[in-house]
Amino acid sequence: MTAVTQETMSKELNADGLASDETRERWMVLGLCGPALFLIGIVMVVPVAWLFWLSAVGADGTLSMENYERLWQSKSYARIFLTTFQVAFVTTGICMLIGYPLTYMMAQLPRRAANIAMICVLLPFWTSLLVRTYAWLVLLQRKGLVNTWLIDAGIIDTPLRLVHNFTGNIIGMSQIMLPFLILPLYASMRAIDQDFVKAAANLGAGPFNAFWRVFLPLSLPGLFAGMLLVFVLSLGFFVTPVVLGGGRIIMVAMRIEKSISLYSNWGAASALAVVLLIMTLACLAVAAKLLKLDKSQSSSGGTEG
Amino acid sequence: MSAITNSRTALPITIRGVTKTYGDVYALDDVDLDVSSGEFITLLGPSGSGKTTLLMVLSGFNRPDCGSVMFGDKEVIRMSPHVRDVGMVFQNYALFPHMDVNNNVAFPLKLRKVGKAEIADRVKKALDLVKLDGLGERRISQLSGGQRQRVALARAIVFEPQILLMDEPLSALDKNLREHMQIELRRLHEMLGMTTVYVTHDQREALTMSDRVVVVNHGKLIQIDEPKQLYERPLSKFVASFIGESTFLPVTVDNDQAMLNGRSIKLAEAPASKDGDQLLLLRPEKLEILPGDGQGGDFNRFKGKVKDLVYQGESFLLYVDLDDGPEISLRSSTRREILDAVPDKGGEVTIGLHPEDTIVVSEDGS
Repeated sequence: MTAVTQETMSKELNADGLASDETRERWMVLGLCGPALFLIGIVMVVPVAWLFWLSAVGADGTLSMENYERLWQSKSYARIFLTTFQVAFVTTGICMLIGYPLTYMMAQLPRRAANIAMICVLLPFWTSLLVRTYAWLVLLQRKGLVNTWLIDAGIIDTPLRLVHNFTGNIIGMSQIMLPFLILPLYASMRAIDQDFVKAAANLGAGPFNAFWRVFLPLSLPGLFAGMLLVFVLSLGFFVTPVVLGGGRIIMVAMRIEKSISLYSNWGAASALAVVLLIMTLACLAVAAKLLKLDKSQSSSGGTEG
Repeated sequence: MSAITNSRTALPITIRGVTKTYGDVYALDDVDLDVSSGEFITLLGPSGSGKTTLLMVLSGFNRPDCGSVMFGDKEVIRMSPHVRDVGMVFQNYALFPHMDVNNNVAFPLKLRKVGKAEIADRVKKALDLVKLDGLGERRISQLSGGQRQRVALARAIVFEPQILLMDEPLSALDKNLREHMQIELRRLHEMLGMTTVYVTHDQREALTMSDRVVVVNHGKLIQIDEPKQLYERPLSKFVASFIGESTFLPVTVDNDQAMLNGRSIKLAEAPASKDGDQLLLLRPEKLEILPGDGQGGDFNRFKGKVKDLVYQGESFLLYVDLDDGPEISLRSSTRREILDAVPDKGGEVTIGLHPEDTIVVSEDGS
């Protein structure tokens, strides 16, 4: 049967030529992607593979798992990972609490006003990370602006410890991460048709119910995307915890830096990096699963009509 | 018979002095309208005429500058949309994409704290009513345009509102489905008996479905009449030209007597409007080709030359250059004896218009 069909197919007008055109076109598309694929191979795949290789080489230059064994055995490493995830988690939470209402307001504003608000959000984004971090140091230190104001206003008697600790680090990181949450969330909120909220009201939903049952669920994919971005970026943060943590907050990235610059131990540093990478990927995988579930619920339709 | 029966009587709507301005533009200009209990009334007008604005005032999404809206004897003008208890079908349906069909339809019932078993029962009955039984588990994205339309309708009637508002609900459907849904909506209305306000810019849809049609333009209600009256006896040039095809010939009216180029025209009814320069309305399908020399019978006669004939299957359009006027068109069925009687291009033809169909309208509708 198949043979017969194929034979008649090849006898069709121009069938062979059209088929070979199709094949050539596919190769051409692949060819156009070639340079980019090559570049990714050179700057992404090779270094990461090298990282894995380094992490599996012991001090004597032979293959060994000693770097990982040390990570596993030493309690200090566990504490570092715990701190890193704590910082990322709290930063994400605070960004969500500040970012959601702010973005909601921006999404309700007329376009012009919303654009101005968006510029205000992005302005710090365009200034150097280091400058912003040191600015926070100036604001938050013992005799910084915040403490001086609070004491002058008579709200507190002794300066608050706002910096060189967990609090200071979280304040700085949340401010730096906020735009990463706002940008995807804003896009998703703007895509929500106002008619959905109107329909909810028409069907008897007061402002709270209309938000809770209709607007919030429809904005969740954008919120999750923003939170994921903030969380993953926070896991690898270096500059802000160094400056604002005052040595009390040690995150994985800082430990990696120390291993290399202080001890020149590339194996240990690579092992740390690999573990962080795998943990991050695991987080991504879990989140992707959650996101996907949500997407199937709210995809299409949003742009409907 | 239906599950969703109207245990309560449908509420009449009374609109008085509703005005809405945007800057200098009147979206609604001192609108008065009475919709009686259980009536199907259609707001018909071109885009930007104010018809949708009026619907939004009824639903509570548009706050007018002044005026009064009563549902029954309850003033609702200052009530929020969510406490007005009116059903509404949105132009784009506005079905919640994160819920399946069942949950969309159950939404208004959940908000009204209806018991679980009763919700399931009423949702099922509403879906049966719009012929969507068995599709309750579907996601909105899996539905066709016509099915979405039905879900939107089910959701708007499931909580038994006494007033139903529809904002161009069929405009997104293709022609066949639209005509089918028109009939179905009409039947559903007869069954449920809700007072219905329907907005459309499609004149045929308005004529097909409504008890009465309100022609809206520039924020004013131009004419309110039953479909037949509106089509056969338009009061102004705007209504006559917006509904149906039309050509106008200038006439002068004096003492209920209309004169066209110095000839008197037979009218069955005196012109509705005052003396002066007015317009004679010619509708293509009201004209007929008079046989032979065109004598005999009680007709207003127009002589001209055949310019063109366009064959359209069940009917044809004949363009005729009037001897003492502009080009007019005539539509007739393609029955053999009619088609055979049409002279060739350039030939003389006499066209007749029955006095009953001879309508004189004013330019401005005053």
